[in-house]
Amino acid sequence: MSRTDWEVVIGLEIHTQLNTQSKIFSGASIAFGAEPNAQACAVDIALPGVLPVLNKGAVERAIRFGLAIGGTVAPKSIFARKNYFYPDLPKGYQISQYELPVVLGGKINLLVPDGKGGHYEKLVNLTRAHLEEDAGKSLHEDFHGMTGIDLNRAGTPLLEIVSEPDMRSSAEAVAYAKALHALVRWIDICDGNMQEGSFRCDANVSVRPRGQAEFGTRREIKNLNSFRFLQQAIDYEIQWQIDLIEDGGKVQQATVLFNPDTGETRAMRSKEDAHDYRYFPDPDLLPLVISSDWIERVRGELPELPAALSARFEGEYGLSAYDATALTASRETAQFYLDTVAAAGTANAKTCANWVMGELAARLNKAELDISASPVSAAQLAGLVLRIADNTISNAIAKKVFEALWNQEGGADANAADAIIEAQGLKQVTDTGAIEAIIDEVLAANQKSVEEFRAGKEKAFNALVGQCMKASKGKANPAQVNELLKKKLG
Amino acid sequence: MIDSSLKDIAAALRAKTVSAVELATDSLARIEAGNPKVNAFITIDRDGALAAAQAADARLAAGSAGPLTGIPMAHKDVFCTEGVLTTCGSKMLANFTSPYDAHVVSLLKAAGAVMVGKTNMDEFAMGSSNENSHFGPTRNPWNTDTVPGGSSGGSAAAVAARLVPIATGTDTGGSIRQPASLCGITGIKPTYGTVSRYGMIAYASSLDQGGAFGYSAEDCALLLSAMAGHDPRDSTSLEREAEDYAGNLDKPLAGLRVGLPKEFFAEGMSDDVRAAVDAAIAEYRKLGATTVEVSLPNARLAIPAYYVIAPAEASSNLSRFDGVRYGHRAAEYTDLMDMYCKSRAQGFGAEVKRRILMGTYVLSHGYYDAYYIKAQKLRRLIANDFQAAFAQCDLIAGPVSPTVAFGIGEKSDDPVQMYLSDIYTIAVNLAGLPALSHPAGFGAGGLPVGLQLIGNYFGEARLLGAAHQFQQATDWHTRKPAGF
Repeated sequence: MSRTDWEVVIGLEIHTQLNTQSKIFSGASIAFGAEPNAQACAVDIALPGVLPVLNKGAVERAIRFGLAIGGTVAPKSIFARKNYFYPDLPKGYQISQYELPVVLGGKINLLVPDGKGGHYEKLVNLTRAHLEEDAGKSLHEDFHGMTGIDLNRAGTPLLEIVSEPDMRSSAEAVAYAKALHALVRWIDICDGNMQEGSFRCDANVSVRPRGQAEFGTRREIKNLNSFRFLQQAIDYEIQWQIDLIEDGGKVQQATVLFNPDTGETRAMRSKEDAHDYRYFPDPDLLPLVISSDWIERVRGELPELPAALSARFEGEYGLSAYDATALTASRETAQFYLDTVAAAGTANAKTCANWVMGELAARLNKAELDISASPVSAAQLAGLVLRIADNTISNAIAKKVFEALWNQEGGADANAADAIIEAQGLKQVTDTGAIEAIIDEVLAANQKSVEEFRAGKEKAFNALVGQCMKASKGKANPAQVNELLKKKLG
Repeated sequence: MIDSSLKDIAAALRAKTVSAVELATDSLARIEAGNPKVNAFITIDRDGALAAAQAADARLAAGSAGPLTGIPMAHKDVFCTEGVLTTCGSKMLANFTSPYDAHVVSLLKAAGAVMVGKTNMDEFAMGSSNENSHFGPTRNPWNTDTVPGGSSGGSAAAVAARLVPIATGTDTGGSIRQPASLCGITGIKPTYGTVSRYGMIAYASSLDQGGAFGYSAEDCALLLSAMAGHDPRDSTSLEREAEDYAGNLDKPLAGLRVGLPKEFFAEGMSDDVRAAVDAAIAEYRKLGATTVEVSLPNARLAIPAYYVIAPAEASSNLSRFDGVRYGHRAAEYTDLMDMYCKSRAQGFGAEVKRRILMGTYVLSHGYYDAYYIKAQKLRRLIANDFQAAFAQCDLIAGPVSPTVAFGIGEKSDDPVQMYLSDIYTIAVNLAGLPALSHPAGFGAGGLPVGLQLIGNYFGEARLLGAAHQFQQATDWHTRKPAGF
């Protein structure tokens, strides 16, 4: 047990690979998976005499991001050279932005799981986002006793997004990373593919006794490429730092790597052997000037942002903040939901939300399918929701119908649910006489339960309802069964 | 024919009194005879030259020739040439054949110019004497015990020795104007951004600018017209319409206001240079120009500012020469760091190492503001001085170099003395202005003296026009060194 109450401080630096056609300073393709060095042109190899030319598409994506987070798109920003030697850094410097980045400020609102099944709101402020080029890759395994260099990735455009040290737990860090991941895909600047390295997180972690104003000394965990690793690495690192301090040690500023196999973090280099990157403005590139016209054009082309849409879902459809956030986790999900509501009517918006996030999400998850590949279309789901709303089927039967829809049993049409209900005779029984007949049968066959109920066992009532539903093959309207049964048992 | 003006050579080509192949053959023969004396060339491309000459003859026959079609010329070895060795005067690139052409090289190829070879230079364009070449010093054709200037000394010597009529060069702190002056030919560095730097191996990116050497301002105008123009591959290339620099040569000098910076005429200039410069200015007055004293109070800060900015950029620009992908790699090494250290220690010469060290130092954490930022402020002040001066005059005249060509080895052990030989040229690069040097007479030892003309931005045509008018009235530019 800790004697001190420790507060955790986390800031993230996230590298998002921008989904341009070509590299940030050359015309070579950035498509993933080509033969080594097949996508490295003279500029990427840094032949003598070559010069960088800025890809406007990368700038446009940075503007989109700046607007999406409510940050300031700098009217003038500067590309700088970050100098260090490494075999997969062909020029001996990386072109990045240092003193004047393209985006300043901005913020993201999150819902963080509270660990008790609920969620709380959290605001994370962003420091900046800047454009830079990626390095190549060193291939240490493929060549015995030698290192291979693949420069396909060299020059790939990145937007490095730096947060303020606003997060206080790994859960908050993961929620932030997920929100950012969703946002960059939403505004279509990054494919978000974490396996291919399109979205990589560095976490700056420190601890301090709660109430202390100054930050503790931080260590930076590099290159976390999954949300699970992000969580594991931060949790390990927090405990490591607390243990160290409580054992009388002092945290030294360092860069550390996370080993997913052991679940541990390990120091890569300390502050003492940190590079002096000798940043200075790149004389090969003019200052990046972004006109207000350009910004306004990009603003006009932005899709409705998740925060705005989520607020609309809460306001217009009466959804909870959690549901609204979940339905705006991706543009595809939001669109599916909007299409479902459009077909089912606003009055059924809540039922639509329950189905999209409940049954559909669970089935998609199990089948590892994206919502855009859902075998049940939005129109079909809406058809199902309408039959629930007009009492044609009960919720229990609806799950059966959904299963049939998932298996394409009702065909591809929007009215597939109706076809299934019809074909399988699933229509709900609401005729009082028919239900009463069933109840009478059940009561006659279950005298024991009737007596137990009369003796005060509430549970016996539920058993009788269940028997009635069973006897009706689930088709009896449960509310009516309840009501009539109560009357009969009077 | 090689020692004639481009106009005359072009006319002869069209009159079929000479063919491009004959010109190339003549130039190659002159190189064979003269180059051992001056060491102006690192690479001679005989086969390439003859093939280009044949193509030029075909164009001439087809009537699709331009003003440079069939003209033999040389490129400074700082320009990348596809399939031809491109060394930059360094052991680091002694084995490097470029897989692509520099923008300037492709423009001149397209114009039908016939490249006969690549000229010697100070390693990575760092130097003022051409002594810093891995391929041995170039010698001044006027006196082979003296330097030709640098860093484009090979190109200047090649033209002065009449091995080729025109050549390209680059000028970062005076590297075209100073060798032009010391070798008695004309050389122009245009406004920064006029000539694409794509394929021009970078020394100091914010200062480097390609330019032209020729016997006369007229020849330089023809060459520069073919080299200049916007190139989307160079982000610092100016988006301006191509200009015919030869179009404005006949404008009389009457009414031209020539500014004489008092700081250039204070102490420092040797007497023989002063005499020639004064006489040339008197000639301009005779031709109708008026002179006015102007002041460039911050010009004295140009050398210290330059020796912060240029090495800073160089230290970064030269990082790509790491032995990993091309260029020199040490034969033996123990690990990655050892490979870097040995390859670079072996591949770079002393002056290059000195500038990499200086540049690394001034960019280091804690020194950056005191050196680099301060130097950039000086740069702004120097540029402002010129703008104030140009409120009073159309162009500025002065010396190029404080002395005539100095002896080989004379300043090699004293880098600061060597740096001071660029005292009149460096401020122009910091301001990004166009400037030229044209022959203005002779000084001690019968060695040439040049006059520098500095123009305002985009003032190339005006500079070349003034120099052409001077050359119509004088014959300094027609003087040739003995034995060539």
